[in-house]
Amino acid sequence: MDVELRGITKRFGSVVANDNVNLTIRAGEVLGLLGENGAGKSTMMNMLSGLYSPDEGQILVDGKPVEFDGPGDGIEAGIGMVHQHFMLVPVFTVAENVVLGVEPTGKMGYLDMKRARRQVEEINEKYGLHVPPDELIEELSVGIQQRVEILKVLFRSADVLILDEPTAVLTPQEVHEFFGIVNTLKEAGKAIVFITHKLHEILEISDRVSVLRQGRITGEGYPKDLTEADLAEMMVGRPVSFTTAKNTATPGRTMLELEGVSMLDETDDRVLDNVSITVRSGEVVGVAGVQGNGQTELVEAITGLERIASGKITFDGENISHASVRERHKMGMAHIPEDRHKSGMVDSFTIAENMVLNNYYAPEYSKGWAIDWQKVAETAARYCVDFDVRTPSVFLPGGSLSGGNQQKMVVARELERETKLVVASQPTRGVDVGSIEYIHERLIGSRDEGDGVLIVSSELDEVLGLSDRIYVMYDGRIVAEFDNTDGKADRNTVGLAMAGSFGEDAA
Amino acid sequence: MSEHKDLKSVNEKMRSLMARTTHGRDDFEDLVIVPLFAVVVALVFGALIMLATAVDIPTIGRSFVALAVGSVGSLSAWSETLTAAVPLVLAGLGLGLGFRAGLFNIGAEGQLLMGGLAAVIAGFSLDFLPMVIHLPLTLLIGAAVGAGYAAIAGILKATTGAHEVISTIMLNLISFELLNWLLRQPWIQREGRSDPISKSVPDSARLPQLLDWISPNFRLHAGVFVMLLAVAFIWWLLFRSKVGFAFRTSGENPSAANYAGMKASLVIVLAMATAGALAGLAGAAQITGVLGRASPGFSAGIGFDAIAVALLGRSHPVGILFAGILFGGLEAGGRQMQVDAGVSIDLIGIIQALIIVFIAAPLLVRAIFPWGFRRSSKKEDAA
Repeated sequence: MDVELRGITKRFGSVVANDNVNLTIRAGEVLGLLGENGAGKSTMMNMLSGLYSPDEGQILVDGKPVEFDGPGDGIEAGIGMVHQHFMLVPVFTVAENVVLGVEPTGKMGYLDMKRARRQVEEINEKYGLHVPPDELIEELSVGIQQRVEILKVLFRSADVLILDEPTAVLTPQEVHEFFGIVNTLKEAGKAIVFITHKLHEILEISDRVSVLRQGRITGEGYPKDLTEADLAEMMVGRPVSFTTAKNTATPGRTMLELEGVSMLDETDDRVLDNVSITVRSGEVVGVAGVQGNGQTELVEAITGLERIASGKITFDGENISHASVRERHKMGMAHIPEDRHKSGMVDSFTIAENMVLNNYYAPEYSKGWAIDWQKVAETAARYCVDFDVRTPSVFLPGGSLSGGNQQKMVVARELERETKLVVASQPTRGVDVGSIEYIHERLIGSRDEGDGVLIVSSELDEVLGLSDRIYVMYDGRIVAEFDNTDGKADRNTVGLAMAGSFGEDAA
Repeated sequence: MSEHKDLKSVNEKMRSLMARTTHGRDDFEDLVIVPLFAVVVALVFGALIMLATAVDIPTIGRSFVALAVGSVGSLSAWSETLTAAVPLVLAGLGLGLGFRAGLFNIGAEGQLLMGGLAAVIAGFSLDFLPMVIHLPLTLLIGAAVGAGYAAIAGILKATTGAHEVISTIMLNLISFELLNWLLRQPWIQREGRSDPISKSVPDSARLPQLLDWISPNFRLHAGVFVMLLAVAFIWWLLFRSKVGFAFRTSGENPSAANYAGMKASLVIVLAMATAGALAGLAGAAQITGVLGRASPGFSAGIGFDAIAVALLGRSHPVGILFAGILFGGLEAGGRQMQVDAGVSIDLIGIIQALIIVFIAAPLLVRAIFPWGFRRSSKKEDAA
């Protein structure tokens, strides 16, 4: 089935979300749709699924114009959407989730689960999804849950599948398997729209690429003719550098030292096992590793969010093993948290309030027991200008900003202060290319001012691109250390260590 | 990023960032229009309920006139309305502060009883003091005892994780029975009485009557100033002070509060204690301003009504002030309604409850009055 968007325009008040967009989706083809957060990708796809109707223009399915009035109309016409956030009932089985809303029923409305199960098995077989139909959703990994979502739209006989940032939640291994499934679907004649802002994935999986910026199609082409740099420029509207320019590090005194630090979780499992690392002033130290190998806990130990079971943490010569979060903060430790929504900001607070979230008590913002909000607003405005946080006012809620701007807000708060050590956990997660470049520059800037910088990231390229030295974590332990002066660490060797094979090989 | 940012343009940009924007419309809808419509709808439903119970239309008309006259129709009506509002607003402020900090304190009733009882004891036992010391000290002791009583629930939550809803409900029960028992103790019980009633608070610890020079029936007392001071203070505490910032952060996003180095246990205990202090002050104001002595159940459900007041006022001090005055007016007007039209005062309880139902369901109010709101109040997703 082919779908065509012709001259689609969609406005929300004075904001033009889509401006005269033309797009063709063809059967047996993967169309990569690329764009920064807020470029209009979701609006466009929501019009395809029937959630919004366009103000101008036409949607044609197999050459015939169609009108969608409600959320159900898209799937009715064979266009199915797999959302970034799953819509599954955790305590239901796979089969129950798949048939939810379109249950096969027998006489008197009797729910025919046998038939449902059989149908699920058939689809499973046909597309090689390998989803166990009788497992409860809550027992399954994120990667498998995603396949259940795909199963759902296939069950509703969709011929066009829209995948909204499907790889954001997957591990590199799962991404690989996922691409296999996408290829099977393509070969079966399905049309696929693959939405992402990860450039290398677009080049790897798609047959054709369209780039969206500020509601307009700003570039189209075939992956074989394009490089990541081309795509990034179409997306951002200016050349983007991927390698952060930096001089050779000039490390100074030891800023942070962990000696044999261990941490236990609630069930007394060792989540950090005898970890020893150092970060010196004027260097960037990266911690690489597949997510869930103790990186989160490492950051919690360093910043004081969780207590350590044994070992010693020294910060600029002082033993901080049992210091509170605030004591460490006051000593000059900056912390960019891994999940800004969970802990780095308060969505309903204004940008000004968020800018002093962990610094509100500082003397410069104080008037006795009160906070000098005028001063805070001035500072916040200055930070917004310095860090290019795009907003009409610092009195708007932090939650109203786009993802990239939210992250820049958090980074601004942490880096503008007088600091000695920056602990940055997933500093560019869910952030668009333009902002990533900017945040990286700022982290290197902190290094050049003499801070120690510790970067924890599950994006290996990020760790390789920024770090002067790299530790690899696996199963709560540091399994390898690499010198990356002038980028001399080998990507493959680091990757192998991440997979846990290094320790055995070396022994 | 340009190397030579023109200083002037940077300054201009900063100034424009500092200019307030007009996102206030949503706040305005939430804070004013929804509650306003909720009150109107609740009154209409009240009328329908009266119709359903075979009250004829003229009587319904008479009862609404009585409600209006009895709450705001005369100086004496205003005196009654504000007198009833004082403890509601004080206790409501404490509850609203708790909500802001993420604590659902159901214990205002018990904290109010304990604070009131403490005020009675301080009143009759410190009667050698001059009024300038005796009265403030009495109120302060009431607040302190309320704070201490609420802090029990706070400490339990901070140290063991015991949920404050359960523990404050239980503390309410304890306070009811403790009051009954204490009122029979010879050092508290009034001489020559066999029923549980306390000694009287001497004049030196009584909040002065404000309008008794017009008529001795006007009960309005100086507690109304205490109430206004408390509104201003809680507004400052929540939105201007460092402690309030920690309260609000903990309420909105506990894990962000943790990240920001705010001590969760400290915030819980402090917020509970502040809420308890206000409830205790409400009790003390009721004792020293209106009742003059303690008897079983003298709190008369004020601590529970205050939950409704805090919700109606959206946990905002100014909102709580208006909500408290509204509820005070309903109470004063309800008494008039009973006298003039013979309609039971229980109907007022129903109307109060309906107001809360509609407040809790703003979408319902929006659906009933679509023209009162901007059309696309749905979050615009321009992504």
